[in-house]
Amino acid sequence: MLSLSYDLHIHSCLSPCGDDESTPANIVGMAYVKGLDVIALTDHNTAQNCIAAKEVADAYGITLLCGMEITTDEECHVVCLLPTLEKALELDEYVAKRLMKVKNEPAIFGNQFVMDSDDRIIGEREHLLINATSIPFEDVFPLVENMGGVAIPAHVDKSTTSVISNLGFIPPDCTFKTAEFRRLSNVEAFRENHPYLRSCKIITSSDAHYLGDINEPQNFLHAKENSPEAIIDALLNPRIIE
Amino acid sequence: MTVNELIEKTGLEPLCIPCPEREISGVYNCDLMSVVMSKGFSGAAWVTIMANINAVAVASLTDMACIVLSEGAAKDEVMLSKAKAQEINVLMSCEPIFETSLSIYNALKNA
Repeated sequence: MLSLSYDLHIHSCLSPCGDDESTPANIVGMAYVKGLDVIALTDHNTAQNCIAAKEVADAYGITLLCGMEITTDEECHVVCLLPTLEKALELDEYVAKRLMKVKNEPAIFGNQFVMDSDDRIIGEREHLLINATSIPFEDVFPLVENMGGVAIPAHVDKSTTSVISNLGFIPPDCTFKTAEFRRLSNVEAFRENHPYLRSCKIITSSDAHYLGDINEPQNFLHAKENSPEAIIDALLNPRIIE
Repeated sequence: MTVNELIEKTGLEPLCIPCPEREISGVYNCDLMSVVMSKGFSGAAWVTIMANINAVAVASLTDMACIVLSEGAAKDEVMLSKAKAQEINVLMSCEPIFETSLSIYNALKNA
């Protein structure tokens, strides 16, 4: 098994709340400089900046998982990681049809720029991307898994937009095997109140909206090889229960 | 009734009041941003537990008079600095949403 440093929750300038300096090229470059083995680009409800990020990641030789952070019907955030860019764009299309159609007001929410790999703006998303989709929380997991990916409830210890903050509990029919925390120091208390989490692998990522917030190579996961498929497999079928 | 008068009448705790003379047109309740975005109305006193910057953005978008954090929702410094920048009034109450809303409703009715 390989030990891989990771940051699997990063926003680019396409997320309205993401800094305009967080272009796909800058994010991958920053991850490379920091020495991270694997990163994921997870903008709110879209994977469109993964096209540029993938190009840069391939050039740098860093593993990039293409994905997005879906806002469910209940406004719970779920990080979705796909094995290929094509699958991520397929999910993008599915989600776009189910996103609430409210026009973005850049002055209030921020810009939503689609970039190329040379930091040029090549498009702008019209509808506000942080909004809710009509996808129920429990449907995200089979949806993404059927595309060969993995869905992970985001920042379950956050006081807003997490499954626990918004639903108050983890739905009993859930099957996810990995959960994301903002702070590992919260894990024990949450496992006490939500025993389901005892059966989960816990990961922690930056949820960076600014370049400087991307994690140092300080968190590690174990996979058979450094590839999107092997990392997704490690998150879907964790062997080590902490 | 203005936000300032509401504070005097109800004893709600002012957290950030950049526009004290803003007129209040009614009371609004909801805790899901996507719903508030389409149903929130101009001049509303929005009673909610959503103490975060997105609440400020939504209040600004819908031109509300003030956000009233209820249930003693945790004060969020980032939210308050954003509220100051966007000129959104923020008040607080330790009472539940219904009681908080009712006290605002009664104050407006008796104004």
